[in-house]
Amino acid sequence: MSNDPIHQFHISKLIPIEIGGYDFSFTNSSAFMVATVVATSAFLFLTTSSRGLVPSRLQSISEMCYEFVASMLRDAAGSQGMKFFPFVFSLFMFVLVANILGLFPYFFTVTSHIIVTFALAILVIGTVLVYGFMKHGFGFLKLFVPQGVPGILVPLVVLIEVISFISRPVSLSVRLFANMLAGHITLKVFAGFVASLSALGAVGIAGSVLPLAMTVAITALEFLVAFLQAYVFAVLTCMYLNDALHPGH
Amino acid sequence: MFVTPAFAQEGSPALDETHSLEHAETGGQFPPFDPSHFPSQILWLAITFGLFYIFLKKVVLPRVGGILEVRRDRIAQDLDQAALMKSEADAAVAAYEQELAEAKSKANAIGQQARDGAKADADAKRKGVEAGLEQKLAEAESRIAAIKTAAMKEVGTIAEDTTAAIVQELIGGKADKASVAAAVKAARE
Repeated sequence: MSNDPIHQFHISKLIPIEIGGYDFSFTNSSAFMVATVVATSAFLFLTTSSRGLVPSRLQSISEMCYEFVASMLRDAAGSQGMKFFPFVFSLFMFVLVANILGLFPYFFTVTSHIIVTFALAILVIGTVLVYGFMKHGFGFLKLFVPQGVPGILVPLVVLIEVISFISRPVSLSVRLFANMLAGHITLKVFAGFVASLSALGAVGIAGSVLPLAMTVAITALEFLVAFLQAYVFAVLTCMYLNDALHPGH
Repeated sequence: MFVTPAFAQEGSPALDETHSLEHAETGGQFPPFDPSHFPSQILWLAITFGLFYIFLKKVVLPRVGGILEVRRDRIAQDLDQAALMKSEADAAVAAYEQELAEAKSKANAIGQQARDGAKADADAKRKGVEAGLEQKLAEAESRIAAIKTAAMKEVGTIAEDTTAAIVQELIGGKADKASVAAAVKAARE
């Protein structure tokens, strides 16, 4: 049981709630969503409360996050894209903190559930679609017709563009989800080796050094992946928002 | 290590929904794909992310943006002030240099004037002394000439007297005074 690498993704109901036949229970997943949001909000709020002209260390972390996302968005979508800054910043911070929190032992990883990442991806694509049609009307459909394509190829290119657009929420969500899931399973498997080999006696304990080293190394790698996936999610969001802002490529 | 492939295979097909459903222990479902949790997950994600978004948008981001704005303004202001101070310092240096140059040229002029004055003074004194000396020289020369002529006249008289005396001794009679004078004159010339 303790060695089961899937166990860590198990959802347990903390407060059962059922409305209209659907289960809306407050689960351990919900608890970690709350923890993610509260921790991030508290950190950003408290570190900036002194409004120091010369920032303290923690305040400069908050400022770095702000400027990091701001420059990412400005680079990808231009200064017009800055109206989406709160959205992209929230997404980035939420995914980043959820990923990093999940790396603590016994903590639940919110982003290791496909439905969560898919909901976030749908939110991004939904924003792109709604804003795109609101701003450009049917001109938004120019997104699917790149300029400078020979007439015969247009239907084929449009088909490819449409498929690629539809696959965006899937790739966006699966990328994050799969990275988190695979990383945590790998980590758990290697950590499981340490425990099961140690149970075999002296030889086993000597042999468990290798998986222990691997576990440490993979933990470091997972911290990188946690940041990288949040970054990738945010960058892709910026690029999709850029499509909504400038559909003519 | 040797068990890795087995475990990895257990993990990775889990990525595509259909294969792994029988792996999980409860409910026979792999938890991330268990649709019975979907409504709860979506609801709580919507609540938490929604509140997070609103909180960041209304409170945190304006504050951080404000901090950065204030800092940028302050830095720009400080740079402006520094530029202003630098130009003031430059002006002061220029003024100082100009004054220094003026003072130098004035000092040169004063020095030149003093030198010229001293030179003129010395020249005038020298000329005065020279004139005095020349006058004295001329006086001395005229006196010498006067003394010389007087002496010459004396010489003539002495010669005449001597001649007259010699002639008187020799011939024993008084010599004619005019002829003696003529003779002396002829002898002296």
